[in-house]
Amino acid sequence: MDRVTTPAGARASARILARGDGRGGTALPVLEGEGPLAVRRTRGSGSEAHVMLVGAMSGPLGGDHFTVAAEAAEGARLRVGSAAATLALPGQDKAGARYDVRLTVGDDAELRWLPEQLISAYGSDLSVATRVDLAATGRLLLREEQVLGRSGEPPGRLSSRLTVRVAGRCVLDQELACGSGAPGGWDGPAGLAGHRAVGQLVVVRPELAAEPPRASAFAEGAAVLPLAGPAVLVTAVAPDGLRLRRLLEAGLATLG
Amino acid sequence: MSRAALLVLADGRFPAGGHAHSGGAEAAVRAGHITDAASLEEFCRGRLHTSGAVAASLAAAAALGVDPGELDLAADARTPSPALRVAARRLGRQLVRAARATWPHRELDALAGRFPKGAHQPVVMGLTARAAGLGPLDAAYCSAYEGVSGPATAVVRLLSLDPFDATGVLARLAPDLDRVARDAVEAGRAAVTEGVDVLPARSAPLLEIGAEAHAAWAVRLFAS
Repeated sequence: MDRVTTPAGARASARILARGDGRGGTALPVLEGEGPLAVRRTRGSGSEAHVMLVGAMSGPLGGDHFTVAAEAAEGARLRVGSAAATLALPGQDKAGARYDVRLTVGDDAELRWLPEQLISAYGSDLSVATRVDLAATGRLLLREEQVLGRSGEPPGRLSSRLTVRVAGRCVLDQELACGSGAPGGWDGPAGLAGHRAVGQLVVVRPELAAEPPRASAFAEGAAVLPLAGPAVLVTAVAPDGLRLRRLLEAGLATLG
Repeated sequence: MSRAALLVLADGRFPAGGHAHSGGAEAAVRAGHITDAASLEEFCRGRLHTSGAVAASLAAAAALGVDPGELDLAADARTPSPALRVAARRLGRQLVRAARATWPHRELDALAGRFPKGAHQPVVMGLTARAAGLGPLDAAYCSAYEGVSGPATAVVRLLSLDPFDATGVLARLAPDLDRVARDAVEAGRAAVTEGVDVLPARSAPLLEIGAEAHAAWAVRLFAS
């Protein structure tokens, strides 16, 4: 893979802009990636445009800084996935890697952000920051899955912060820090208790403000949590990525 | 500042209702995750560095004069479990009652009027510290310590754990408590100039999940 590598690590960014085309469909006026981050339009369904992130999977390495910005502007229906899991690996650079995701959803727009899991390999050090800003009538489905270590190996260091704002008001701000060097107790009875996969789904829909679902721990290690705002969080821990995905899907199904 | 006021506020017998809450320990005991002093210590350490650090920074920021309304919204965003939001507000309401009786202050009156159902407890803790003539570090210490002493006391009852062992756990957490309290004041000071978004948001997945499981039990010893 082509990598723009400097002593300070690679910098790469991707930008996606989707907009309602006025005929019930979604146009993609901006679709650009550079370096190890590429974006491809794939076949959509109905009014929804589909975009695939390609090539982030062999990084980020220590010292790298990736940035992805996606916007579903007024009237757009956008779904973004990734071609494969993202693997955080140790780099020659002692510095940690950063991955910033900035998502924007306009009025009467919907973004489904459904990348594959992030795997924190032994010796890696990655900070992920995901920030979502929605207009009052924007809709969101966001999935975030973290797998700590490849099969049988201890995890690297991973810190991940997820912030969701609706009409300027913060409805969710959560940071997870785990792996070697994380503050003590992260794998204890309050944190992960030995589970090696952790994830969340965030659902934002204007109608959730008036009719929130009931909070419930619907399965072992998983819960549906109505937030203070038009949003719901499905949160889960599991022994592995496959079982995590099943729990998140089951939680989503309870929302109808 | 009065050191004695700090002792009054930090005393587990201060009548603010904290004894009815286990801080998630009851759910963790039922799940088989806390079985002895060692697992209690890991539980408390994890809690301290996540929701404990968040609570301590909210308390420090409130003690420094950051707007309680902003802090209460920040606390909501950092508490995805509705059961934990309800518990935090109930504890906040009880603390504001006890604090107004103990250290009458117009800021506490204003807070009680603004949040009739209770503000998040750490925010109330910060304002209580102000009313008692204490500082942000005192507020952070009270909040952080209460976040681990509650579970430790609860586990003595839940598992018939030796109280000496539970107290030993708290003593071993002292260096972590010092660090968390200091960091909380730093975060609180940053919030004064940069707004509440800079406050930490560290979360503990099993505390959130366990709180909802616990809230659905028909019979339980503790309220949360």
